[in-house]
Amino acid sequence: MGEPIIRMENIEKHFGNVIALAGVSFDVQPGECHCLLGDNGAGKSTFIKTMSGVHKPSAGQIYFEGATMSFDSPRDAMNAGIATVFQDLAMIPLMSVSRNFFMGREPTKGVWPLKRFDIDRANAITLEEMGRMGIHLRAPDQAVGTLSGGERQTVAIARAVYFGAKVLILDEPTSALGVRQTSNVLATIAKVRSQGVGVVFISHNVRHAMAVGDRFTVLNRGKTLGTATRGEISAEELQNLMAGGQEMAQLEGSLGGTV
Amino acid sequence: MAVEADAPAVDERLKTEPVLTRLMKRPELGAIAGVILVSAFFLATADSSMFTLSGVMNFLTPASQLGILAIAAAMLMIGGEFDLSIGSMVAFAGMIFAALVVTYSLPLALAIPFTLVAAALLGMVNGQIVIRTGLPSFIVTLAFLFILQGASLVGLKWFSGGSTQLRGVRGAAENDPLTPLFSGDAFPGLFAWLADQGLVETFRNGAPKVPGVPVEILWFIGLALAATYVLLRTPAGNWIFASGGDPRAAANSGVPVRKVKVALFMLTACCAALLAIITVLDAGSTDARRGFQKEFEAIIAAVIGGCLLTGGYGSAIGAFFGAIIFGMVVIGLTYTDFDQDWFKVFLGGMLLIAVLFNNAVRKRVTGER
Repeated sequence: MGEPIIRMENIEKHFGNVIALAGVSFDVQPGECHCLLGDNGAGKSTFIKTMSGVHKPSAGQIYFEGATMSFDSPRDAMNAGIATVFQDLAMIPLMSVSRNFFMGREPTKGVWPLKRFDIDRANAITLEEMGRMGIHLRAPDQAVGTLSGGERQTVAIARAVYFGAKVLILDEPTSALGVRQTSNVLATIAKVRSQGVGVVFISHNVRHAMAVGDRFTVLNRGKTLGTATRGEISAEELQNLMAGGQEMAQLEGSLGGTV
Repeated sequence: MAVEADAPAVDERLKTEPVLTRLMKRPELGAIAGVILVSAFFLATADSSMFTLSGVMNFLTPASQLGILAIAAAMLMIGGEFDLSIGSMVAFAGMIFAALVVTYSLPLALAIPFTLVAAALLGMVNGQIVIRTGLPSFIVTLAFLFILQGASLVGLKWFSGGSTQLRGVRGAAENDPLTPLFSGDAFPGLFAWLADQGLVETFRNGAPKVPGVPVEILWFIGLALAATYVLLRTPAGNWIFASGGDPRAAANSGVPVRKVKVALFMLTACCAALLAIITVLDAGSTDARRGFQKEFEAIIAAVIGGCLLTGGYGSAIGAFFGAIIFGMVVIGLTYTDFDQDWFKVFLGGMLLIAVLFNNAVRKRVTGER
């Protein structure tokens, strides 16, 4: 494999006397979807917050395109090309899709003092980018509140990609979605990947991860339990790794089927 | 728009929206409907002189005075905050301004900037406290309502030697070159010419009954246009909507939420100071009751104009019409046989209807069920 876009080595993160991450290594290649799996409390959130510049690691190295990197703020990470779509999506329901799309990064035209928000261009780009992701908006001025959960997720992803994301971190993008919307979002991830963006897909749903993932890293109690390539590992094995093996097998037995 | 052309086939699950439904989604619609209703009411009940030129100027003057505050309050509300201290700020800024002009004999060219800067600083204090503590602006600015009210009383007694009124502003500012910008009537030449041509009503001596447009009306219109432009056509406008809609989401997307909110508090305070300057110059004196309870009227006008109490939605044009409704009713009742004290009943009723209406509109906009 070639040079990863981002490589994180032995990342540790301590909050006071709590060790949230105890040496996690992880990397993302361009055009791959690397799934980060783990149960609640495994350290997924802490890890992606470290990757996206929200937290500074207590120990360990981050290499971005081969060079050592230290992000001081999410803004730094964003400027470098690491975009994160958090579960809350950073969307404002009362505002239109295109105003949300360009929130904080509005295109302008004219010179000061007549420098203004180029709303026509914003609308045109929004329609085009959403269309590319397979969502055909009624109108770019429709409020985000009128979109479904999957469509909102797609707006957030399209926005990140449009603004030059090289690494796209998706925090549980499918956790709150229905079956059909989930497949739409998974299809969007596949489209983004084919554009050469490295996708980090955080999930605790093995089936969703198996649908688009190229590699799978399982996190448990702040440590990596290993990374597997697609085809090397079955869904059951991943599921067991995530839940810590033993107990899960017993639980499944008592439930009489897969969880 | 060219964009519409390559839009995909219409989604079969969507009913085509009638024009009325589309209009319903504009925040200012309620206020415009209100203006039409109130006009119809007074056309039917009031003396016909209410809708002559002088009658219109008559009700637009208080509307403008309120509107200057209401537009600022609307912008602040869209940005997700309240300022209950704007009424007291009018009294306080009036006191500062009058003291600078009368007690310290400063020219307007200095007194006006000083007053505005003092107000902006107080607005900044308000904003910083709200932002840094995360306390609701309601309670922080309620504290400032009383602080500024008390400070105005104390200050007035200090500067006037024991009275709660400071006189002599007119005499001190009479010949100042800046006075015509903030006081009196604009375009007297135009109105005199119109009178000569017999296009407007005149007194017997040939002078026009309306000598000009009161300057506050021009300030009011100018402010409404500027605020609307900023809100709808600049990045800053997008930031204001975003900061009010969801401050965390906005900050995560790179919107400088704190700066936006503090700037809005400063703007609100400056608008209160502008109103103070205009009304003090008009009256020639200032007293502690200037701006009394204006904060509530301004917020009500903003709500009638479509602003949501939760922020993130509303319009400056809406607040513009909300203020006009106010002026029409407060003055209009004097043209009718109704007891003027109905005004407050009307005020409460209007607020209630506006809130119910806005709530329904918000549900429509967000597709909430």
